[in-house]
Amino acid sequence: MSRSPLPYSRKILELFRNPRNLGRMEDATVSATAGSPACGDMIAFYLKIDENSVITRASFESYGCAANIATASMLTEMVEGKSLEEAWKIGWKDVAEEVGGLPAVKLHCGVLAVGALRRAIREFFRRKGFKPEWMPENETFEEKQALEEEELAKIISRRVKLGEEGK
Amino acid sequence: MEHLNDVRSLIKYHGQVEKEVYLDLENSTPLPDEVLQEMLPYFTSKAYGNPTVTHKQGWEAYETIMDAASFISRLIGGSSGEELCFTSGEAEANSLAIFGTVGKKNGRIVVSAIDPLNILLPVEKLEKKGFEVVRVPVDSEGFINLEALAEAVNRDTVLVSTSIVNNEIGTIQPFREIVKTVKEVNPDVTVHMDASDAYGRISFNVKDMNVDLLSLSSYKVMGPRGVAALYVKSGVEVERIIEGPIGTQPLWPGVENTPLIVGFKKASELAFKDFEANVSRMRRLRDMLMNGLLNIEDTLLNGPVGEKRAPDNVNISFLHCEGEALTIELSFKGVYVSSGSACTRRMLQPSHVLTAIGRKYEAAHGSILMKVSRYHSFEDIEYVLKSFRPSVERIRAMSPTRRI
Repeated sequence: MSRSPLPYSRKILELFRNPRNLGRMEDATVSATAGSPACGDMIAFYLKIDENSVITRASFESYGCAANIATASMLTEMVEGKSLEEAWKIGWKDVAEEVGGLPAVKLHCGVLAVGALRRAIREFFRRKGFKPEWMPENETFEEKQALEEEELAKIISRRVKLGEEGK
Repeated sequence: MEHLNDVRSLIKYHGQVEKEVYLDLENSTPLPDEVLQEMLPYFTSKAYGNPTVTHKQGWEAYETIMDAASFISRLIGGSSGEELCFTSGEAEANSLAIFGTVGKKNGRIVVSAIDPLNILLPVEKLEKKGFEVVRVPVDSEGFINLEALAEAVNRDTVLVSTSIVNNEIGTIQPFREIVKTVKEVNPDVTVHMDASDAYGRISFNVKDMNVDLLSLSSYKVMGPRGVAALYVKSGVEVERIIEGPIGTQPLWPGVENTPLIVGFKKASELAFKDFEANVSRMRRLRDMLMNGLLNIEDTLLNGPVGEKRAPDNVNISFLHCEGEALTIELSFKGVYVSSGSACTRRMLQPSHVLTAIGRKYEAAHGSILMKVSRYHSFEDIEYVLKSFRPSVERIRAMSPTRRI
C-alpha cells in the first residue's frame, strides 16, 4: 500500500471531533454540493440568507476524511455574518490557513469546501435572476476543481462498470 | 519542519487511551516481548561481530545467521539454509526477485491484478523500460483466473510474480495450481511467490509447490521490521540488484543485521509451534470480529469466507462511511486499523485490490482492513466490536450521501 503520511494540525483533529454547524438545514435559503461519493469526498453546504444578502446561518454535511470535515466546518464559521460578496471572496488558501494548514495531498479538501459555498451563492443569484457585479461570469478555480473531481469520478466509475460487464 | 510541530501537537491532543487494540498488522506490528528478549543479547553482548571476520564474535555471528537460515528454510520445506537470502524487508525481497530475475533479458512478465504494490510497482517500472506486462484478472473474491493465467504465459515470458495469500482481502490462491499452470505452458519461466501473508498462517512447501523464488516477511509473522527473506531454489539464477561488500548473503551485500535475523527466527518458531492450535484460534478471533462487524447495517465483506480466507484477515466496507475518517474516530477509542480509502493514499486512488474485485469506488473508500494474531484475546475483539458501531454511526451521521 502506498500511503502518504498525514501530519494533520491539531485544529483539524479538534474540528473532526467537534464539528461546528453540522447537519442539514431544513429552512435553508439555498444549498449546494461539491464532490461525490465516488471521489471519496463530498460536501453539502447550506446557507440561510437574510433580505440584506447577509449569511445569518451556515451548516454543512460531509462524506470525507478529517480534512474534509474540518475545512467544511471552518468555512461555515467563517461565512456567518458575512455578506454574500464577502463570503464569495474567501478562497481555499484562507480556509487552509484557518485550520492550521493542510498536508499537500489534502489541499483539495479546502478547494472542495469553497467550491460548494460558491455554487450555493451562484444558485442564490440564479434564482433571483440577476448576477451581481462582483461575481465573475466564469467559474472560479475552486468551482472548476469541484467539477473536475466529479467528472473524473464519473469516468472512473464507468470504467469499473465496464470492467464488471467484461467479466 | 513545520509539520513535525503539527504532528506533536496533534498527538498531544489525541491523548492517552485507556485500552488499545492494534489490528493494523498489515502495515506494521508491535514486537512481542518474547521476541524482543530473544533479540536483546545480540545487540549488546552476543554474536555482535561481522560474520565474515575471523574472530570469536564473527564466528558466532556466522553460526547464528546460518542457524536461522536453515531453521526458516526447514519451515518452508527448503533443502538448506543456503537457499535463503536475508534482505532488509519484504519490498526489498520482492524487488530482488523481480529485478534480479529479469536482468538484461527482455520479455513478458505476468502478475495478478491484486498483487501487493511491492510487486506491481517494480513491474510497472520494467514496463516503462520495454517489458511487456500482463496483469491477470481475478474474480469477485480475488481468486486468480487460471485460464487467463495460462493464456498470459507464452514463450517470451521470463517471470511470473504473484502472491499465495492476498495481503488486503485474505484470498488464499490455488498456489500449487498457479505454479503448475505456468510450468506446463513454459517450464523455463521463473515463478516467484510472495508468501508474506501465508507464512505461519497456512501450510505450504516450496518443494511440493515447485516454486523458484518465494518471499517471507518477518514483521508479518510478528517478528521485527527491517528483515525479510527470499528463498531461491538451488540452481535458479538471480542477480544482485545492489552492490557492496558480500558477507554471508551472496545476493544481498552489506553487514548482516544479526539481532533482527534472530528475531525473525524466534517469531517463526513461535508461529509454527502449535501451528494448528495457533491458526484455529486466529480463525475464531477473525470470525468473531468479522461476524460482529457484518451485523452493522450497510456493510460488505471483501474477499472470500471460510477455509479459503486467510485465518487472520478481515476486510469490510462500511457504506456511507469514509474510511480515513473512521480510522481516526476509532483511534480515539484506541482501536487501530487502516483503510483502503483514496484519502489515505499517495495517489488519491482507492485500493487497487478492491477495484479489481469489482467494488465500486464508494465501497472501496469505506473499507477497513484488520488482522488478528495469536496475541489478541477475545476480550480485545469484544472491545473492538463495542467501539465500532458508535464510530460508524457518528461518521455516517455527518454524511449527505444516504439521501442521494
